[in-house]
Amino acid sequence: MSMLRVLKIVFAVAAMTFLLAPLVAILPLAFTSSVFLNYPVPGYSTRWFAELFTADVWRRAIINSLVIGLGVTVLATVLGTLAAVGLRERRLPFSGVLRTAFLLPMVVPAVVLGVGMQLLFVRMGLANSYLGVIFAHSVIAVPFVFVNVSAALQGVDTRVERAAASLGASPITTFRRVTLPLATPGIVSGAVFAFATSLDEVILTLFVAGPNQRTLARQMFSTIRENISPAIAAAAFLFIVGTILAATIVMLVRWKSAQRRAA
Amino acid sequence: MRIAAGKRLAAFCLVAPLVVFLVLFFVWPLATMMSNAVSSPGAVQALPQTGEVLADWDRTSPPTADMQAALVEDLRAIEDDQTVGDITRQLNSAKSGFRTLMAKTVSAVREDTGPIDLVAIDKRWSQVPFWQAIAAATASPYTDRNLLAAVDLARSPTGEIVSLPDTRSANLAILQRTFVIAAGTTLACMLIGYPYAMVAASCTGWKRQAMLAAVLLPLWTSLLVRTAAWFILLQDSGLINRMLQALGIIDTPLALLFNRTGVIIAMTHVLLPFMVLPIFSVLIAIPSNLMPAAASLGANPLRAFWRVLLPLSLRGVVSGSLLVFMTSIGYYITPALIGGPTDQMISSVIAFYATGTANWGMAGALGIVLLVATIALYVVYDRLSSSEGQRA
Repeated sequence: MSMLRVLKIVFAVAAMTFLLAPLVAILPLAFTSSVFLNYPVPGYSTRWFAELFTADVWRRAIINSLVIGLGVTVLATVLGTLAAVGLRERRLPFSGVLRTAFLLPMVVPAVVLGVGMQLLFVRMGLANSYLGVIFAHSVIAVPFVFVNVSAALQGVDTRVERAAASLGASPITTFRRVTLPLATPGIVSGAVFAFATSLDEVILTLFVAGPNQRTLARQMFSTIRENISPAIAAAAFLFIVGTILAATIVMLVRWKSAQRRAA
Repeated sequence: MRIAAGKRLAAFCLVAPLVVFLVLFFVWPLATMMSNAVSSPGAVQALPQTGEVLADWDRTSPPTADMQAALVEDLRAIEDDQTVGDITRQLNSAKSGFRTLMAKTVSAVREDTGPIDLVAIDKRWSQVPFWQAIAAATASPYTDRNLLAAVDLARSPTGEIVSLPDTRSANLAILQRTFVIAAGTTLACMLIGYPYAMVAASCTGWKRQAMLAAVLLPLWTSLLVRTAAWFILLQDSGLINRMLQALGIIDTPLALLFNRTGVIIAMTHVLLPFMVLPIFSVLIAIPSNLMPAAASLGANPLRAFWRVLLPLSLRGVVSGSLLVFMTSIGYYITPALIGGPTDQMISSVIAFYATGTANWGMAGALGIVLLVATIALYVVYDRLSSSEGQRA
């Protein structure tokens, strides 16, 4: 039995190392003073962060990512939330089909979608435009909002809304004052996921964006491909910090709403 | 009754914006991609008279003066070079030699406004195969040429389906490679993911939380960051090679980057959460007293696992495998950055056709192959997970 136990511990530690080591290994390299993206780190400096925020290509890419990410967050959150609220009405025809259909953008390979978008966006006049990139990213971000908001709404007791209506609240007031606040944790998680999806998107960006819409992820992709430099590690550091921050926000919102519900 | 109708209308109005958005920017692009794969509008629209005359031709007898006259008329009517280029490219891909032939013919036709003997311009106009190519291109606005080429098939001049010669066939090899890499990744995920989920399910408290966090953290981290990290770890002077050398296991660095090993390691890392989570959720639902029960009835641990735990958790393994396999076959970024030229999967080839050579027909045809494979796997996965939900 103890032999099995040792084996279990060794395996668990090895697998966790495999999962976490790459993420940990890249962090110190963000602060290297060398021009090589490698260990051992000869000395520590913040030169690569300086590069990130002052070099024209990187600064533009960061700004583009933020602008596009915000656009995607707003568009995907609004569309996904409305649809999730609408699909609570089970008597709506085809609601089951729609539920499945709304998840399909997560399944379809991005390259396939990218080819179609590139062809179509040229005809629509959306090629090489910010709006085009925002639409493209929103397509794959919307399922995350839809799933999160739907899950949050499943926990909302419809009797609360009926009570509000019976007390004289109009449907819009009921929605604004009762449904929406109860769905907030789901909406916030969905919005965070939508922003993160846009931030990390490379493939659709390759197909629909022009040189002016180069995003941070797109810039990282071509830097790894063409001339890898520690600026990648610095960008990765920002990504990882951002991820932890986003995860904290989501946890905090969920925890707060759980507390409120318990109270 | 009226209230129910009103509610339904309100629900419809809430869902409609997303439906419209997805039709415009999801369904329409996919439809465009597919129609590009099967349509050959260039020649049909640009050579209407030729198409009409050639429709009556038996495709084997020598070309007639009527056919020549119709082609001359059509070519004169085309004014922009873009269209000429489109037709030439389309015809040249069916029969090589059209590039020079069309250049010669178009300039001759434009100089002279009277009737022209095409054979005098170029002898090739007396040859049947060139007219067969035009006849095939103008016969219908739809073509199965790209779809056939996607699986290394083609139509012979007489219309039968034949396989392409080895020199022109690469797609089946790439499809096969895509499946091999995806299967390798799925297997690796299974071999690591199953025991991992089992250990995590057998732990309690903070140990289980830590093991789940170790799976979720990479899942939330940017795909690019994870790929960049593996790029750094796997290089010749990277941490893995350094460590193995320091331990004296190897003398010269192992080649891990720009080859199959690297791609499968990095893809396994990226997709492992999709294997662990479904298996874990099945395992924790299995009553914990089943294994002791099997043991008390005399089964050794291995036998108890084989006859009790594995069959009960098979559903999670199948779900996870489908998810991993389905995601792997569409992978682009990881093979593009970590793999070598012989590790590029179908997505890379699609991207090459689309952005490299502007061959939208081939990009679309391979896109259809990938799309159909992915959707088929998803349908199976969806059936499996929804029937699970009903049973619960």
